[in-house]
Amino acid sequence: MTYILKPKVRHPGLPTNALGLTARDYEGAMSTLCAGCGHDSVTAAVIQAVFELDLPPHRVAKLSGIGCSSKTPTYFLGQAHGFNAVHGRMPAIAAGASAANRDLIYLGVSGDGDSLSIGLGHLCHAIRRNVRMLYLIENNGVYGLTKGQFSASADVGTRSKRGEENRQEPIDPIHLALTLGVSFAARGFSGDKVHLVPILKAALQHDGFALVDVISPCVAFNDHVGSTKSYLHTREHAQLAVLADFIPPAAEITASVEPGGVRSVTMHDGSTIQFRQVPDGYDPTNRESVENYVRERQRAGEVAMGLLYVEPGSVEMNENLGTVDRPLCELPYEELCPGSARLEEIQLQYR
Amino acid sequence: MRPTDVSDPQYYHRVVDCQWGCPAHTNVPEYIRLVAQGRFTEAYLLNRKSNVFPGILGRTCDRPCEPACRRTRLDGEPVAICRLKRVAADLRDDELMRAHLPQIPEAKNGKRILCIGAGSASLTVANDLLPLGYEVTIYEKLARAGGLMWNNIPQFRLPPRVLDEEIGMILDMGVDLRSNHPVESLASVLDEGWDAIFIGSGAPRGKELDLPGRHDTDRIHIGIDWLQSIAFGHIDSIEPRVLVIGVGNTAMDCCRSAKRLGATDVKVMARRSRPHFKASPWELEDAEEELVEVIENYSPRRFIVEDGVLTGMEFDIVEWYEQDGRSRSRTLDTVTIPCDAVIVAIGQEAAFPWIEKDIGIELDRWGNPVVDRTTFQTTRDGVFVGGDAAWGPENIIWAVEHGHQAAISIDRYCQSQPLDDRPAYGMNLVSQKMGMHEWSYGNDYDAAQRARMTHVGLEERLATLEVEVELGFDAKQTLREAARCLNCDVQTDFTDELCIECDACVDVCPVNCLTIAPDGEEDEVRLNLTAPALNSDQALFASGPLPQTARLMLKDEDLCIHCGLCAERCPTAAWDMGKFDLLIPYAGLLPGHDHTPRGPALPILNPTVPTLVSSAAGGAA
Ligand SMILES: Cc1cc2nc3c(=O)[nH]c(=O)nc-3n(C[C@H](O)[C@H](O)[C@H](O)COP(=O)(O)OP(=O)(O)OC[C@H]3O[C@@H](n4cnc5c(N)ncnc54)[C@H](O)[C@@H]3O)c2cc1C
Ligand SMILES: Cc1ncc(C[n+]2csc(CCOP(=O)(O)OP(=O)(O)O)c2C)c(N)n1
Ligand code: SF4
Ligand code: SF4
Ligand code: SF4
Ligand SMILES: [Mg+2]
Repeated sequence: MTYILKPKVRHPGLPTNALGLTARDYEGAMSTLCAGCGHDSVTAAVIQAVFELDLPPHRVAKLSGIGCSSKTPTYFLGQAHGFNAVHGRMPAIAAGASAANRDLIYLGVSGDGDSLSIGLGHLCHAIRRNVRMLYLIENNGVYGLTKGQFSASADVGTRSKRGEENRQEPIDPIHLALTLGVSFAARGFSGDKVHLVPILKAALQHDGFALVDVISPCVAFNDHVGSTKSYLHTREHAQLAVLADFIPPAAEITASVEPGGVRSVTMHDGSTIQFRQVPDGYDPTNRESVENYVRERQRAGEVAMGLLYVEPGSVEMNENLGTVDRPLCELPYEELCPGSARLEEIQLQYR
Repeated sequence: MRPTDVSDPQYYHRVVDCQWGCPAHTNVPEYIRLVAQGRFTEAYLLNRKSNVFPGILGRTCDRPCEPACRRTRLDGEPVAICRLKRVAADLRDDELMRAHLPQIPEAKNGKRILCIGAGSASLTVANDLLPLGYEVTIYEKLARAGGLMWNNIPQFRLPPRVLDEEIGMILDMGVDLRSNHPVESLASVLDEGWDAIFIGSGAPRGKELDLPGRHDTDRIHIGIDWLQSIAFGHIDSIEPRVLVIGVGNTAMDCCRSAKRLGATDVKVMARRSRPHFKASPWELEDAEEELVEVIENYSPRRFIVEDGVLTGMEFDIVEWYEQDGRSRSRTLDTVTIPCDAVIVAIGQEAAFPWIEKDIGIELDRWGNPVVDRTTFQTTRDGVFVGGDAAWGPENIIWAVEHGHQAAISIDRYCQSQPLDDRPAYGMNLVSQKMGMHEWSYGNDYDAAQRARMTHVGLEERLATLEVEVELGFDAKQTLREAARCLNCDVQTDFTDELCIECDACVDVCPVNCLTIAPDGEEDEVRLNLTAPALNSDQALFASGPLPQTARLMLKDEDLCIHCGLCAERCPTAAWDMGKFDLLIPYAGLLPGHDHTPRGPALPILNPTVPTLVSSAAGGAA
């Protein structure tokens, strides 16, 4: 919380993007989260990513559930559409919104509690449907908003602020999503924007459900010694396995390709993801290889980070179901509601 | 990069652009806050401590602080620092202020000092030495003390009342002023046995324009002499058509004075184009507001005098171009401009016909004494020079700073201490945190544009010489303008060990000052910040290695608006906002110390403020 708002004055040398906007034009209201919350850094990374992608703010729809993490859409893209869903129901709302208007860019923000506890079922179905969206889980291992109870992502052995130990197995959203056939999976850290921003950019351009799990420490309830989701613990155990650059369609590819299984993946809009560094024998387009790797790291007490998996030929929900191309709001009324005579005809088919 | 040493007072001093830019290092943001709180007397005293003449300077200062002001780099226009100083001078409680002037000891220390010339430099020397028990005598050529401040700066810019008050404050400390006492031989003055001599005789000689016809008429005047004759009341009119040659500040005072003495058609003739004009932009603006015509690229050729009567002046119309990296002119045409009088204002210089060559004072090839830049001493021990006399014409605030430095030297000389060993600056840094999100200063950014000064109407002001043109700021303008100040003295104060590298400060900073990045060479690091730090006049702060990753916290000081948001968003209070106070050494005083005030520390009398004078202003008690 802060009393003054972030003043509108800006650095006169701030770069502008293709729309003539600066990164500051993508900001939203002033954050009311605790000072130092990882979620605020993720907000800053989102702002940087949408700025760099030249996204028109009014073509973005922000969706979220309930939690500190779910409050964050208020703090970026003040000129975008927004929907704050009931706890855990954001994936369902997103699927519905996408069906009604496939032209908007969907950006969902959720928490580990919102997605992995109460909303787990909805998340699974959105993955399965391959709804075209960026789905961010700001993962801090606790229910921050309700004062720090363990969430479903809390590791075995991690301790709460009051010293209690968690004994239940965690749900790793990356594992879960890979099992459910997710078409894009990545993990980042709020304290490392250098690697988070390109992941977010690739995810926003992905033609399907892009799950990005971001370790985002809760300074108020889960940043103490004994926590496995603190800033320090994350820094000590994060294994930045897969380094990837996101390269927009027209840009020249300059990143040097290191030997050892490095490759590029072209996305549906012509942009490419260039993998700069992957572990030996790792194939970011092979689901089994990725699943094995992530599990292996987890057994070693490490957290695998980076743009872990991408399915090049991903077919998103609307394409797959052959729904109408145009957004419902743009259809002429006669087409949207063809009248009772046409209804009669349809009903006759079922007699 | 090496971790920044913020214990060096000059580091934070440099962040306070205005204070750094002020030759006397006036604590600008502190007095602006005092003015905004209605604590005018304290604001006045704080000013007086460093610049000695707040009322005079609040109207006439060359204000090097303003082009330096950080606000310019953000919204194009500096805070009206100078005019806020005038507010403090205008609205101070005089009785209260006087109670806080230094006490002059009755028992003298036995050292007798002579100042030559009673201008701003000498008066500052007297101001600094009298409270220490020195006896100070001033020999002044003219009938009054004040130098160019009274005999050249016109009354419509600087009312005599203001001048008399502030000069009087110093004379009343016990100066032995000998007016109408020109020094004609330094050797004989040396024989009088002074313990030290300060030469503050200014640069009193106006430059000549030796063109054909110059001496064939009495209608051609030298600017500074002409202005002096007005001040003495020897001149009270001028012919209708006047040409002023030159386009510096003296020329501006000449053309504006001519307008008031009856001239109807006044032209300022410039050899070059506007970007090369020496006059301060605001002085030029004021002259043009008074319908003075400014003509560019006219180079004077000769005066036209027919039967002993000046009828005009001949000029080459020139065009400037670059050749071999130098600016050259070519003549396009030659024209005659009719006129009845000409005022030549093309510069001034010091002149020392009265310094003998064989008294141990080395003179340079122009006949000026060689003066040490730090000690202000000549090559003869115990003889010092300052103000315009030292290195040619500058301005009042430089003369004041020279006076302070020379006073330090004179004191050290008289106490047999080495002159080169200058007393060190000190600093205080005090946290301004008042609560969770509360600071002792207004930390929000006010987007207001610079307040415009209200001027007296043209007709009224041109009717006489005495009407002061600027009305000063009213309460509303004062508050609005004070709120534009960015409080650059409230510094971001970082503690390496506390940082958990959460990025909160980096993300919230509205002007992208902060970056957490790996170490590197400064040139390289500067280009890879959140926003590139291209202004190398401003420092790049670097912390030591941070606890978690050994990266550095970097801060480009260039555009910080001192909003304190970094400190508010920091979960561990690794950032704090600390008010920096530069402790400036003055003659015989340790940095941060003050002379004993004359009267008791009275409660402030300004009705708006219930505080005690001695509480905050540093310079007050
Ligand atoms: C027209 C004009 C306008 C100006 N306007 C401004 C302005 O707006 N703001 C600003 O900051 N500066 C201004 N200046 C410059 C400023 O006035 C000077 O830089 C400043 O006054 C220098 O102070 P000083 O003490 O060195 O010398 P001066 O003020 O020149 O004082 C020197 C004194 O020494 C006396 N003296 C000289 N020779 C002898 C001698 N042999 N024996 C005894 N006494 C002697 C002189 O009579 C004079 O009183 C202006 C200058 C001019 C000419
Ligand atoms: C239906 C319902 N059940 C419970 C709650 C209480 N509740 C609010 S936020 C929250 C957990 C949020 O945790 P997470 O998604 O991890 O967000 P964080 O605050 O940690 O970012 C819970 C259980 C609620 N608001 N609605
Ligand atoms: S409670 Fe935790 S998650 Fe919520 S705002 Fe505070 S630090 Fe962030
Ligand atoms: S005070 Fe802090 S947040 Fe504000 S401009 Fe300066 S560095 Fe940035
Ligand atoms: S907000 Fe504080 S703890 Fe966080 S990075 Fe900045 S200085 Fe470090
Ligand atoms: Mg959580």
